[in-house]
Amino acid sequence: MEQEVQVNESLRETAHTRAAAEKVKPVEENEKINKYKELDQVIRLYSKEPGQLINILQKAQDIFGCLSEEVQSYIAEKTENPVSEINGVVTFYSLFYTEPKGKHTFDLCLGTACYVKGAQELMDSLKDLLKVDEGETTKDRLFTLKSTRCIGACGLAPVLVVDGDVHGKASAGEITKIIQAYRKGEKIEGTKH
Amino acid sequence: MKVQSIEDLKAVKEEYLPLIKQRLGHRNGLGSTQVMVCSGTACTSAASQDLRNGLQLEIERHGLKENVKVFKTGCFGFCQNGPIVMVHPGEVFYCNVKPEDAKEIVETHLMGGQVVERLLYRNVDNQVAQRMEDIHFFQAQTRIVLHNCGVINPEEIGEYIARDGYMALAEVIQKNNPREVIEAIKRSGLRGRGGAGFPTGRKWEMAAAQDVRPKYVLCNADEGDPGAFMDRSILEGDPHSVIEAMAVAGYCIGASQGYIYVRAEYPIAVKRLEIAIEQAREKGLLGKNLFGSSFDFDLGLRFGAGAFVCGEETALIHSVMGQRGEPRPRPPYPAQEGLWGKPTLINNVETYANIPAILRNGWEWYQGQGTAGSKGSKVFSLAGKINNTGLIEVPMGTTLRTIIFDIGGGIPGGKKFKAVQTGGPSGGCIPEKYLDMPIDYESLKEIGSMMGSGGMIVMNEDNCMVDIARFYLEFTQDESCGRCTPCRVGTKRLLETLKRITEGNGEIEDLELLEELSFDIRDASLCGLGQTAPNPVISTMRYFKDEYLAHIKDKNCPAGVCKELLNFVVDEEKCAACGICAKDCAAGAITGKPGEAYRIDPDKCSRCAACAAKCPKKAITRGPRKEEIINGNQGIRPGTVSPENRAAL
Amino acid sequence: METREFAPGPLVQKTGQLYDNPEKKVEKIKLTIDGREIEADKGMSVLEAARLAGIEIPSLCYLRHINEIGSCRVCLVEVEINGARVLQASCVYPATDGLVVHASSPRVRRVRRTMVELLLSDHHRECTTCIRNLNCELQNIADNLGIRNIKFTGEMKALQVQNENSFIVRDYNKCIKCRRCEAICSKVQEVNVYSALNRGYDTVIAPAFMQDLSQVACITCGQCVIACPTASLTEKECIESVWEALEDPDKYVVVQSAPSIQVTLGEVFGYPVGTVVTGKLVAALRRLGFDKVFATDFTADLTIMEEANELLERLEGRGKLPLLSSCSPGWVKFAEHFYPEFLENLSTCKSPHEMFGALTKTYFAEKEGIDPKKIVVVAIMPCTAKKFEASRPEMGTGEFKDVDWVLTTRELARMIRQSGINFHDLPHEDYDTPMGIASGAGAIFGSTGGVIEAAVRTAYYLTSGQEMDLVDYEELRGFSGLKEVWVELKGRRIKVAIAHGTGNARVLMDRLKAGEQFDYVEIMACPGGCVGGGGQPIFGTREHKEISLDYRHNRADALDRIDYSKELRRAHENPAVKKIYEEFLGRPLSNISRKLLHTYYTPRGKLPGFNFGGIKGSHAGHVKENIVRSHTT
Repeated sequence: MEQEVQVNESLRETAHTRAAAEKVKPVEENEKINKYKELDQVIRLYSKEPGQLINILQKAQDIFGCLSEEVQSYIAEKTENPVSEINGVVTFYSLFYTEPKGKHTFDLCLGTACYVKGAQELMDSLKDLLKVDEGETTKDRLFTLKSTRCIGACGLAPVLVVDGDVHGKASAGEITKIIQAYRKGEKIEGTKH
Repeated sequence: MKVQSIEDLKAVKEEYLPLIKQRLGHRNGLGSTQVMVCSGTACTSAASQDLRNGLQLEIERHGLKENVKVFKTGCFGFCQNGPIVMVHPGEVFYCNVKPEDAKEIVETHLMGGQVVERLLYRNVDNQVAQRMEDIHFFQAQTRIVLHNCGVINPEEIGEYIARDGYMALAEVIQKNNPREVIEAIKRSGLRGRGGAGFPTGRKWEMAAAQDVRPKYVLCNADEGDPGAFMDRSILEGDPHSVIEAMAVAGYCIGASQGYIYVRAEYPIAVKRLEIAIEQAREKGLLGKNLFGSSFDFDLGLRFGAGAFVCGEETALIHSVMGQRGEPRPRPPYPAQEGLWGKPTLINNVETYANIPAILRNGWEWYQGQGTAGSKGSKVFSLAGKINNTGLIEVPMGTTLRTIIFDIGGGIPGGKKFKAVQTGGPSGGCIPEKYLDMPIDYESLKEIGSMMGSGGMIVMNEDNCMVDIARFYLEFTQDESCGRCTPCRVGTKRLLETLKRITEGNGEIEDLELLEELSFDIRDASLCGLGQTAPNPVISTMRYFKDEYLAHIKDKNCPAGVCKELLNFVVDEEKCAACGICAKDCAAGAITGKPGEAYRIDPDKCSRCAACAAKCPKKAITRGPRKEEIINGNQGIRPGTVSPENRAAL
Repeated sequence: METREFAPGPLVQKTGQLYDNPEKKVEKIKLTIDGREIEADKGMSVLEAARLAGIEIPSLCYLRHINEIGSCRVCLVEVEINGARVLQASCVYPATDGLVVHASSPRVRRVRRTMVELLLSDHHRECTTCIRNLNCELQNIADNLGIRNIKFTGEMKALQVQNENSFIVRDYNKCIKCRRCEAICSKVQEVNVYSALNRGYDTVIAPAFMQDLSQVACITCGQCVIACPTASLTEKECIESVWEALEDPDKYVVVQSAPSIQVTLGEVFGYPVGTVVTGKLVAALRRLGFDKVFATDFTADLTIMEEANELLERLEGRGKLPLLSSCSPGWVKFAEHFYPEFLENLSTCKSPHEMFGALTKTYFAEKEGIDPKKIVVVAIMPCTAKKFEASRPEMGTGEFKDVDWVLTTRELARMIRQSGINFHDLPHEDYDTPMGIASGAGAIFGSTGGVIEAAVRTAYYLTSGQEMDLVDYEELRGFSGLKEVWVELKGRRIKVAIAHGTGNARVLMDRLKAGEQFDYVEIMACPGGCVGGGGQPIFGTREHKEISLDYRHNRADALDRIDYSKELRRAHENPAVKKIYEEFLGRPLSNISRKLLHTYYTPRGKLPGFNFGGIKGSHAGHVKENIVRSHTT
């Protein structure tokens, strides 16, 4: 418990210096401290078992939206792992991001079944429509375009997943509609994955 | 209540048996009706959970709650036609059921006693099939591993027990003769279902022979092959079969802790596993002193975070320990030095799922099925250019023709079969001439492919085999861990060469380079990923050399897939000069004026095919690049301009 | 005196290259390689067995007992398994009785060539202008395999070279991902700077976030440089700056060479490992145009005087015990990063070359009547960490840096070649006086255990007034990773510990942390001490067999020979040292000596870029600067 208090104090301290440097509003600062508190709990929970680093990183990504250098370093410090190792693990697995994603994520399945049913052409038109490359986020931070390996809904190929909603048997025309809808702030119902 | 003896287990079985009996067609089972809603990933993606809620609501609305029960169940395998709903008694099998159909099913079938015929499946001969057994897709299948999928609710351990679940574990513990169990598995002839087909019993024996403690039991549920979803379906539909098998393995090798390494991309499977482990613990089937013995066994879940190579056992071990999932050289084998340096038994999901069946029915029974070298059944996921995409289980030795044409329903749209790819990125493409070959581990290997985990992707004449090889290489190259030279750099160079060919820059020497490099990568790589990465190249070069030559010599992609080799032309005869194509062309490559056929500038054309899709007259067609040269870059196929075309608009 | 060596445990295994016990009884096996039956020890790999029998198998990623990962695939051999000939990485494939191996079959040669061609297809091949030209393992293997053209063309990486620090340059474009740097840094040094990042073709072996080494908890020891088979990791060269100083008529350029240089420089010019070339070294330095050629051994003696007195002072209750030696700048930085709570235990003595610089620009300048502004001090060091040390702001008076340029042994060799000096023909010359006079105690600073032995010799004299029998102290030397010895001083038994390689230091420091009592501790960052320093010659083209033998032993033996051969073997007997105290410093730990010869330390934290409440006030400037960190790649 004592340790925890200390952690948060030092965090606040860090946050203050950063806030001064980056002119961050105090509200955001508090939010950040809360997120780190949440991460502390995750680390405490999982540190009991060996080999839970990937789990901790996954949870940290859920909390912060991505694994920034600061978050990675924090986890290194708290789990007593070298930061190089943490960074090595983060950059190895494709489910970890170091940059924040856009408001909506388009995951186009590029598994074989989807590929032979024309997913690559869909990817090309998505790139065209969103003006981004695979793995990138649009300038307005609205969309992130990604490809994913087989989600196993091969019967619905080709499959586009938008924020977890599955759109099966997707076509170029449908994709245009989906993008337009999300741009307007609407949403086209897929089905929860 | 904790299960502490076989008697306790039997009591649980009796409790749930009536439910199961009815589902198996015993009409004397229950008075009430049961509605089974497929809750596998494919059906869930097609809104089967909305449908389930809808059914529930309708049932409550009509006051049928007491007499009609709705259950989740695992994958029936008929994914193309999902969501699937099955109604007992009567085993009525509904396909393509939408949430809005709930009302009709409840009112017409459950209340009116009339089968909703429009939701029934129609075989190719247009015959209505009311029950599963009437459907061609199911007729040639044998369900050993999948025998609970579609029958039980995977979120209720009692239903698994009612199917004699955990009986094998109970007997193993009671007999207290691990050696005999290992011997039975050896004799059954079961081989690893994850890839190379190593005899499972020998693996167990090796792990059991180690003196070091503790030992670990691992389950490889990192099903990474694109287009393969057998393991996922087993975990979603029958998670306890894996848990039971792992406990048996733990007992036999002397381990009391196991881990299931499952892809984080499989949220439903993860959830079902969590529920199953929790229920098994509650029942005392995991934890301390199983069946009143001194044997302890518990399971933990570990999640893959998106790395195909973690399907390799040493890489998987590193990943379970929270490290980069990089493989290491063997020996030492995991059975000698695995997790945290301790002896570790690793099998994949489907392999484990076979164990309870073998122990329940005896190794003689299991050994009686399949071919000389490959026993039992194999689950395949069928996908690609095939009518019945889905999950199937057939005896080893079934021919590809039976699988693709009888079960799979053949190729849609009257197209011609070209090849079937088995074994995922590690496998090869099998041409038509081998369709009648009975498939098992050896035969597939002989023709340059492999069993792999059981993905089968069917390709038709519209698929370019060079492009398919490139696709797989892109995959393995992307998933290479980067540790050893041949895989890290070699697959990159292989891919670059393939890209050159598909982009029309290939030279005839490239074929030799591809072949040599492929063999060197295969022979020199550190782990299975690298060793098998060139298989798609080797097999397509072996069977579809003409396509490679067409790309290189003629600068032509016969299937019309490789964009850089394509040329879009306007058929002067058909063009109505409406200008829709020009308006929609993002590249600004199409020009023309009223009264004259439009033209596509091949230099500007990005080959997106948008124009071809938009053209109301279907006047824009794709052809090989060659034509471009013949026509002197005009972007038009000359013909007589038909005046009625102009007039039509 | 009691001596206790640690039982061979993980430490010995970890750095087994240094500590294999040749007398250990092992079971023998027989295997056949290329039709020849050879004998090997059970437990050896095929590669080891082959090399032992004089069969050369090329390898790149293999470092015995340190990096046995079988990943470069250059050491592939055909092994007969069930009648089939299967390719296996010989570095990790166990040699077993009756094994049949083909180590030079056409298939093996062809596949090896493919492997090396693949590596070369992703390697910036600027051999003729490369710092490792003619001393590169990759180049050597390519030559041995007869590679005349590279079949493969394609993307080649073009990442920015990282050289924003004063000690080590990282060129990712020459990296072949052998991971020897990673292995030595994590398994031997336990500093864990490097990890593989990304995967597949994009893999890089880099510090976290691909930062420059100056931005991470790197101790600058340079073991990664020694381990690197190519020029992906090299020292930051400063030869040109030294040439400039030498050519400038207004500058008075003083050079000092560290004790171990005299036993390693010869290797570069083809002398057997362990040849003492002191006289030629001095002659070469003189011919390069240095105005004075001095020996750091002299200030090593001085360091002993200061440190022995510091020890006695602390034993009397003034200051913290144990006293931790501070002459290895890699170790000092290690302590600053990982054991900041022990910084008060560190001896405040600067390392000898810094003391030397400080005295050159004060005592020597005054004595010779030279304007200190005109003096340039060049240090020839076995070390990359000394490059970093010289750049520390506290190492100088504010007006001048104590040491202006630090050259590694390798850089000195390059300068000798550049100037056209034929090293073999050089006569033997002596160091200049007075700062070239040194005792044998100064010389043994260059290998592990030497500092403590030298200091104990003097402390014994200082407390008892008698000289101690020198033979008694041999237990302090030797290459065991960690040693503990009881010594009688002033009627009191003091407990002394010696560790080399920061991995071993970590074990020792953790024991200190756990409350174990020691009085005096010597730690050298590099395995073996300075003889194994990160600035020492690299064997890029020698036969691998020779590399796997431990050359550090021979170097250390040579230093011992220097010590034994000297009449003057105790620092306090050094007349030049006596004189400098008489004329300038007064006495050890006097005010002036504290000002010039002593320093202070800065806690740095494990994550220099971030401050999560680990260490407060750590390099404040550093932290701030790193809030917004820019990437070079």
